[in-house]
Amino acid sequence: MTTLTVKHPKAKRGGFIRWFLQVGWKHLVALFVIVFSTFPLVYILSTSLTKMGNIENFTLFRQFYLGNYKDLLTSTDYPFVIWMKNTLILAGATAVISVFISALAAFAFSRLRFKGRRPGLLALILIQMFPSILGLTAVFGILSKLTDYVPAIGLGTKAGLILVYLGGSLGGGTYLMYGFFNTIPKELDEAAKIDGATHTQIYFKIILRLVAPVLAVMALLSFIGTFGDYVLASIVFNTNKQYTVAVGLQSLLADPWTKNWAMFAAGAVMSSLPIVIIFVSLQKYITNGLTGGAVKG
Amino acid sequence: MRKRSKNFELYSGGTPSLRGTLAKIFILGIVDAGVGFVLMILFGKQKYGFAIFFAVVALIVNWIYLRRGGLPAKYLTPGVLLLLAFQVYVVVYSGYISFTNYGSFHNGSYTEALDAIQQAAVEPIEGATEYEIKVSKASDGALQFVAFDANTKKIYIGGENYAKHPWRELTSADGLVTNADGYPESITGQTFLTDSQVNDLASTITKIKIPLGPNLDTDGFIATADAFYAQQNRFSYIYDEKNRVMTRLSDNKKFIADDKVGFFKNKDDGELLSEIGWQVRVGWKNFQKIFGDKELRGPLTGIILWTILFAFGSVLSTFILGLALALVFNDQRIRGLKIYRSIFILPYAFPAFLSAYVWKGMLNTQNGFINNTILGFMGDHKIQWFEQQGAARAAVLLVNLWLGFPYMFLICTGALQAIPNDLTEAASIDGASSWKIIRLIKLPLLLVSLAPLLIASFAYNFNNFGAIYLLTGGGPFLDQTLKVTVGATDILITFVYRIAFSGSIGADYGLASAFSVLIFLLIGSISFFSFKRTRGLEELTQ
Repeated sequence: MTTLTVKHPKAKRGGFIRWFLQVGWKHLVALFVIVFSTFPLVYILSTSLTKMGNIENFTLFRQFYLGNYKDLLTSTDYPFVIWMKNTLILAGATAVISVFISALAAFAFSRLRFKGRRPGLLALILIQMFPSILGLTAVFGILSKLTDYVPAIGLGTKAGLILVYLGGSLGGGTYLMYGFFNTIPKELDEAAKIDGATHTQIYFKIILRLVAPVLAVMALLSFIGTFGDYVLASIVFNTNKQYTVAVGLQSLLADPWTKNWAMFAAGAVMSSLPIVIIFVSLQKYITNGLTGGAVKG
Repeated sequence: MRKRSKNFELYSGGTPSLRGTLAKIFILGIVDAGVGFVLMILFGKQKYGFAIFFAVVALIVNWIYLRRGGLPAKYLTPGVLLLLAFQVYVVVYSGYISFTNYGSFHNGSYTEALDAIQQAAVEPIEGATEYEIKVSKASDGALQFVAFDANTKKIYIGGENYAKHPWRELTSADGLVTNADGYPESITGQTFLTDSQVNDLASTITKIKIPLGPNLDTDGFIATADAFYAQQNRFSYIYDEKNRVMTRLSDNKKFIADDKVGFFKNKDDGELLSEIGWQVRVGWKNFQKIFGDKELRGPLTGIILWTILFAFGSVLSTFILGLALALVFNDQRIRGLKIYRSIFILPYAFPAFLSAYVWKGMLNTQNGFINNTILGFMGDHKIQWFEQQGAARAAVLLVNLWLGFPYMFLICTGALQAIPNDLTEAASIDGASSWKIIRLIKLPLLLVSLAPLLIASFAYNFNNFGAIYLLTGGGPFLDQTLKVTVGATDILITFVYRIAFSGSIGADYGLASAFSVLIFLLIGSISFFSFKRTRGLEELTQ
C-alpha cells in the first residue's frame, strides 16, 4: 500500500504512473500473495511463543515466551530430540539410498536399449498409481513375516521401514530422473568413451556429476516425503522413543487436541525450519527436480 | 538393428579400473555375507521353502553382476528387487485379497478360527463348584492352581502340563499346611506367586484348562477368569473333527463349517454359530457389492462425484493461481523478485502434514484464528468450518489451494522461461498486445509441456489421502442413518480407508481391496490414455 502514497515530484509523476502500470502494481499483488502464503506460518510461529499454550491465540505476537521450546526439548513424555534423531536417520537414509538406486535405474532407461524398456517405463508410472495407503495390510504382512524370519528388518526396526519407503519412492523417482538424464547430450558419453572410459566411469564421473544439483533436490523431496509420513511409521513403531517427528507431534495433539497446541507449534517450527531453509536455498534447482527436466527452471 | 549394436558398443569395453573392480567385489561380498547370515537364520527356523527362494534370488543377483555384459540388468536390479518386494507384491496381494472375505471377522485360517471360537465359548457346568484359588509354581516350573472349596474345606491342585499334574485332592501327605480357616498356607514343592507375578502372568493363567477327565470336550475342565476364583467349566460347543461340525451343548443344534461364507452355519435356518469365521475365497462378491449393493450405491455416487470435483477443483485452482503468478512475476524489472519467489514457495517448503494441522487449528470454529481474527468482523456469525458440508468442502479446497499453488507457480515459471524469446519478440514486433502473446503463444506452448504434470496432479489429488484425512477425517458425518459411515468431505480413498481399518461394523479388507483395485484401474487408465494423448500432442508441435 505504501507505494501508492509515496509523493513524487511533479515532473516525475508521469513516470511514476507509467512505472506503476507496468511494474509497480506487481508489488501490490506480491504483497497480497505474501500475506496469503505466510499467515499460517506466522500464526504458528506466534502460537509457539504464547504462554497460555492452547489454541486461543487471536492476536499475533502478543507474547514472547520460550517455555514451549524448553518444555519440548526437555520433556520425557514427548522426547522431541529423539524424534528428530529418528526422523533424520529414517528420512536421510531413505533419501540417499533411493536417489542412488533411482539414478542407477534411470541411467539404464535413458542410455541403454534393451527389451522391455518402454513397457518397463510405463509400468513404473502405472505402479505409482496404486493407492498405497490401501496396501497397508500387505505391507504390515510383509513386515510381520520379516519379524519372524529376520527380526533385524522386521516390525519396530528402522531398517524395515526404510526398505518399505524405498520400495514406495523408487518408481516416481526413477521416472523423474529418467527425464532429466535425457536432457544430457549423449555426445558427452561418446567423447568419454573415446577417451577409454567404462560405463561405470561414464555414469559416476560424467552423468552423476552433471545432475548433482538435481540429485540434491530429489533427495530433499524424498526427505520431505518421508518426513511427512505418519501412517506407516505409526503402525511400525509403538513406543514414544521410536516415534518419528510426524508420529510424535500427532501424539502431542492426540489427547484433547488443542491442549498442547503451543508445544505442537514449537515442534512444528523447530522441525520444519531446517527443511524450509534448505528448500528455499535450493530453489534454483527445484523446478528441474520436480519435472524431471521436462520444464527448465 | 544398427542403432542397437552401436548403443551397446558405446557402453561396453573400456578398461575397468582396479578401484572399480575392487569396489564391486567388496559390495557383492557384503551382500553375500548378509544373504548367508539370513539363510542361516532361515534354516535354523526350518523355513526351507523361503530359504530356497531367497537363495535362488541371491544366486541370480550374483550371476547378474559377475557375468560379462547384460549391462541393463546391472543398473536395474537393486531398484527392481525393491519394487517387486514392496510395490508389485502389494498390488498383487491386494488383488488376491479382493477375492476373499478377509477382514476382522475372517482374520485367519480355519484352525485359527476354530481355536478362537472354542476359547471364547466356555460356560460353567450346571451346579459346578466354585473354588478360591492361589496360583503356584511347581518345582518343574509348571503353573498350578491350589483350589480351596469353601463348602467342603477340601483342597485340590492341578495345572499346566496336566499329564504330570492332573487335577487331584491334596492331603497332608503332600506336605499341605492349612491355617485355622482351612486355607492352604504351604505345600511341599510348590511356591505361591506374589500378586505382581500373578499380574504379569495373567494372560497365561487365564488360558490354563485343567481337564476333569480324559475327554476335554465332554468332561469339562477347571479354568479361571481372574486368577482368584476358578470353576468347573465346559466348552459351549463340541467339535466333530471328521465332519467339521460344531454342536451347541445347550440345545444340541448342529453347525456345519461352510467354506462358501467362512462361517459355521446351521443348515436349516442359516444361524451362525459365532461371528468369528475364517478366510475363504468369495469370487466376485466384493465387486458385486460395490456395484450392486443398494445401500452402498447412493453414498458411493455422492463420494465419487465429490472426489472428482475435489481433484479437478484442486488442480484447476492451484494451476490458475500458479499460472497467473508465474505470468505476472516472470518479469526481470521487478525489484526483489528473488525474495518474492522465495516467499511464495514457503507453503510448499513447509511439511504438508504440519500445514494440515496448523490449518485445522486455525479453522476451529469456536477458538480458531480465522473465525476470530481474520473474519472477526462477522462477530458471532461464525462459519462452521468442520460442521457443515459446504463450509467443510470449501475449507478443504482452500487448504489444498494453499498447499498446491507454489508447485504450479514453480513449474509454470519454469515452462515460461523455456519458451524461446524470439517467438514472443517476433509477435510483439508484429504488433501483438501482451495479452494476445500470452493467450495465443505462451498458453498453448505451456499447456503442451505441462499437460503430463497436470494429469499427474489430478491423479495425485484423486487419491490425496493426507489432505482430507488430516484436516477433516472425512467429516462432518451428517447422515447418521446410513449403514456405512460416510462423511461430507470423504473422497473415495478416505472412505475406503475407513472400510479397511476402522469400520464401525469391523474391518473388511476384502471389500477395501476390491475398491483399491478399481481405483487403481480407473486412475491407471485415465493416466495411461492421457499420457498417450499428450505425447501425441507434443510430437505434433515439435
